[in-house]
Amino acid sequence: MFSSLTGLLRGIGHRLIDRVWRFGSGARFFFYVLVYSGESFRRLHLTIREIYFTGVMSLIIILVSAFFVGMVLALQGYNTLQRYGSSEAIGVLVALSLVRELGPVVTALLFAGRAGTAITAEIGLMKATEQLSAMEMMAVSPIARVVAPRFWAGVISMPLLAALFSMVGIIGGYFVAVPLIGVDNGAFWSQMQANVDFRADIVNGIIKSFVFGVTCTMIALFEGFDAPPTAEGVSRATTRTVVNSSLAVLGLDFVMTSFMIG
Amino acid sequence: MTDNIVEIDNLSFGYKGRLLHKGINMSFARGKVVAIMGGSGSGKTTLLRLIGGQLKPTHGQVRVDGEVVHKQDRDGLYNLRRKMGMLFQMGALFTDLSVFENVAFPIREHTNLPESMVRDLVLLKLNAVGLRGAHKLKPTELSGGMARRVALARAVALDPAIIMYDEPFAGLDPISMGVICNLIRSLNDALGATSIVVTHDVHESFSFVDYVYFVSQGVVIAEGTPDELRKSDLPFVHQFVHGEADGPVPFHYPAPDYKRDILRGHDV
Repeated sequence: MFSSLTGLLRGIGHRLIDRVWRFGSGARFFFYVLVYSGESFRRLHLTIREIYFTGVMSLIIILVSAFFVGMVLALQGYNTLQRYGSSEAIGVLVALSLVRELGPVVTALLFAGRAGTAITAEIGLMKATEQLSAMEMMAVSPIARVVAPRFWAGVISMPLLAALFSMVGIIGGYFVAVPLIGVDNGAFWSQMQANVDFRADIVNGIIKSFVFGVTCTMIALFEGFDAPPTAEGVSRATTRTVVNSSLAVLGLDFVMTSFMIG
Repeated sequence: MTDNIVEIDNLSFGYKGRLLHKGINMSFARGKVVAIMGGSGSGKTTLLRLIGGQLKPTHGQVRVDGEVVHKQDRDGLYNLRRKMGMLFQMGALFTDLSVFENVAFPIREHTNLPESMVRDLVLLKLNAVGLRGAHKLKPTELSGGMARRVALARAVALDPAIIMYDEPFAGLDPISMGVICNLIRSLNDALGATSIVVTHDVHESFSFVDYVYFVSQGVVIAEGTPDELRKSDLPFVHQFVHGEADGPVPFHYPAPDYKRDILRGHDV
């Protein structure tokens, strides 16, 4: 009984130390990425290439999802608003939901699933096939050459993707609200224009998506760089990327929202 | 300038409580091709990583061109590595780049040569390994032997003073092995470099190397020219050179008594 209890405590202790250790490694990794960013900026074509892979290649899933999210928001919103006789406010509801919350959050979740996993798997496999070691032996820093361009590509792509998500979501909401349900076209757009504030809504949404961009990309890069160089190691790292990014995005969203509203 | 470009002094290295090397001494003379041989798991590849500064020794030191490798800062280490080229076991070619781009990689990273000169240099190196015609291919379109040759062209792209080969013959057919043997020797002599070949292929390596170190149980147990080692009476060297299944290197991994293991039933 006593030995099983000490075994349990020892297990918890090991896991806790392991988590703290990994968090420390992640922080050090982030620091190195920032230090080596200068070298990657000097070769801007690498970052532009990665923006294509992480940003442009994520466009389809982001835009299609945005369209459907916008349509569902309009349907649900109309269903509720018409009970209070304010169905013209549907445009505001769709726009604020997207710009403040759903745009940055859903984009970040989709980004983690689409681009984040690709980054982790690619870097993990580069490690497993000794490509990163080869780079080191050629006196080329893998952090400067491989990691930093991907980091900045993710950080730049995320706010742009979130903005496109919100825009396409609003168009999706418009298609359901105006042509399908019959809400007045002028009321849909004018109420949106009058009630969406640039500073309080749009800028805050951009700040959120920037923070999510840093978080999701850094988690994906660290998991790939830290993955054991085996098939199982890369597979586990890819899973961790999605799980950790999703939890971090949802947690950070709550913290940031409370600061922004408060 | 000393005669030896790489010197390993009383080197010990271990990790996770296991000592892999216990006081190893080696020296690699300029212009020579030297093989490090030993069974799988004897720490041969780790020795290359210690020479390249990817690992730090527990005790002792590795000197490359007179500089102690593990005492270098990042810039010092990268300066030393610019004198080295390394061929990894599976080539480690960058899969997102073409054959041409792979060989051009170190040239573009470390020089400011105009693109026309980079092109000439890359084609020169690819021609040396017989793959100039494959410069547009991607690594996934190459056979194992071709990938190894492209990696060799990349390793010598900046005419290094030291070329390290990690199991260059692993998984190759006899023709490719012969090609790689010839390339290692001819490139070494043409560049005036020093080659360190980690391998366990006795037949191939004895045909072209100048000197051999045998590593086992964390120490150098024999060294000499291929001819000296062929005549060696040491049991390990005899077993290794003649490929005998059992001897000082046991066929069985250490295990409890066989009969007791069988009688224990399913509880493995």
